[in-house]
Amino acid sequence: MATTEMDVPVARAKPALSRRSFGGVKIYDHIVLWIGVFLMMGPLAVAFMTSTFDHVMIHREGMQVGWGGEFLSTYDTVLNQQGGFSGEITGWLMTKNSFILGIGFALGKIVVSMLAAYAIVYFRFPLAGFCFWVIFLTLLLPLEVRILPSYEVVQQLGLLNSYTGLILPLIASATGTFFFRQFFKSVPNELLEAARIDGANAWRFFVDILVPLSRTMMAAIFIIMFVVGWNQYLWPMLMTTEEQYFTLVRGIRNVMQSMIGADIPFYNEALAMAMLAMLPPVVIILIFQRMFIKGLVEQEK
Amino acid sequence: MAKSQFTNPWFPYLLLAPQMLIIGVFFLWPAAEAIWSSFFLQDPFFGKSTYVGINNYVDAVTGSDYRRTAWFTTIFTVLVAFLSLFLGLMLAVSADRVLRGRSAYKTLLMWVYAIAPPVAGLIGIMLFDQHIGPLVEFAALFGWNMRVGVDYWDTGIAMIVVATWKQIPYCFIFFLSGLQSIPSSVKEAASIDCRSETRRFWTITFPLLAPTTFFLLILNITYAMFETFGTIDLMVKGEPGNNPVTLVYKVYQDGFRGLDVGGSAAQSVILMLLVLVLTVVQFRLIERRVHYS
Repeated sequence: MATTEMDVPVARAKPALSRRSFGGVKIYDHIVLWIGVFLMMGPLAVAFMTSTFDHVMIHREGMQVGWGGEFLSTYDTVLNQQGGFSGEITGWLMTKNSFILGIGFALGKIVVSMLAAYAIVYFRFPLAGFCFWVIFLTLLLPLEVRILPSYEVVQQLGLLNSYTGLILPLIASATGTFFFRQFFKSVPNELLEAARIDGANAWRFFVDILVPLSRTMMAAIFIIMFVVGWNQYLWPMLMTTEEQYFTLVRGIRNVMQSMIGADIPFYNEALAMAMLAMLPPVVIILIFQRMFIKGLVEQEK
Repeated sequence: MAKSQFTNPWFPYLLLAPQMLIIGVFFLWPAAEAIWSSFFLQDPFFGKSTYVGINNYVDAVTGSDYRRTAWFTTIFTVLVAFLSLFLGLMLAVSADRVLRGRSAYKTLLMWVYAIAPPVAGLIGIMLFDQHIGPLVEFAALFGWNMRVGVDYWDTGIAMIVVATWKQIPYCFIFFLSGLQSIPSSVKEAASIDCRSETRRFWTITFPLLAPTTFFLLILNITYAMFETFGTIDLMVKGEPGNNPVTLVYKVYQDGFRGLDVGGSAAQSVILMLLVLVLTVVQFRLIERRVHYS
């Protein structure tokens, strides 16, 4: 240890930043990042390129790199062909259902959790502590853990195969409430005092001041929750036995099942479906990248 | 600083009503039912149930099948959590250092975050497919005859690879924003005092990232245990057979396929306790962090 302490002045004698400023480029970092990009994007690129080939070709020669020229016909089939057992489900319909689930889930979560967070942060009332703990409790048990009883409850309520039954149980977890609670706590007290002097009641303060203030926060949470909702798998899989309620992500399972036992599975259509299920969430987080990262990182606080 | 607050006898309850109602119906009720039914043996055909005390728990924990699943889940969780943490950190450190193309790298590296676990599973199972999978061909170059879907550990390794791949962007995003929030004055002071970049990283940067690392570790564990359901379901093609699955998958499998309601509920309760422990650990860490600042 002592020797290293001694080394420091010597090191300081040379310009300490020389390695950094040398040429301005660090080859090592670029190599690491290129490998990273290759490993992260490679599988997606191969999956996409393979989806443009003919399925017999894929079966014979494996996954492909290049342009197969079957892009339009494959994606047209996946989007428009009526598939499934009932023959009434199409890719477009599943896309519609996915949007309903993603948007419904995100909006529902924002509304419910903003109201709850407002009550918890801005009101003094006897059961506040109790309510907070009940909400906190929901963070402990992901839906996956209590899946069977949740299914039974929804069945007893007659909500199987409905959008309500699809969305509401997913909203039960309180992540959003904690987001907004944190945010509301950072809002300066002066605002409430000024609003009070102006004679605003609790509801006015919420609608006229807090909601406009939270706009960025709401957008960030909307993006995150939309992706979370869109990507739900287990719950939609159990909940929706009628194909007209299938989402794209749920449809992935059917695609996989239809591949089992097929002589020459339709690899191209399965991959095309995967690409479609991937597209909207990817587009959204790439467009709203900054906001999305801000919202995501906020969780840690 | 105390928050100024309203006092109103009924309004806060009205605001909380939707949240509490949803939690009550879709959370408390099912959770209570899980705990309740874990003490009963249910007859799937006649709907009769008999009180069996803790037998379901004993059966679950002593079953060789359960133990094997628990063992696989542990290995799976530890590897996925640490590998994605490590790779995410490595990429974030490099992305933080480069000047040119940083935002392009960032965009390309976070892309996979948006992919649903089953979609990742589908792409993964094709890349590891016996007939068409390039990764199997790649493994064959090293003399490894990978038989995903047939061999227990080959399948397990493929699952670990896919699940890690899916989680790297998440760690990357958090680490990068953590690195970027380190004040440049600290970085400059460090680079004057210590020339070795590696040592500087471990003595200055990494300790500053410690809270983020703990947070991500807990999140990664939760991810590996619960959110990989879709990946696993696709990779075993919906019929686990002899293939490895995680504990959450087994809850589903025993409950919905095996119709062993009591056993499945007992397994649920065990997992709930596990999450409880994780959350307590997480909170202790967050409390500790408050003292740092």
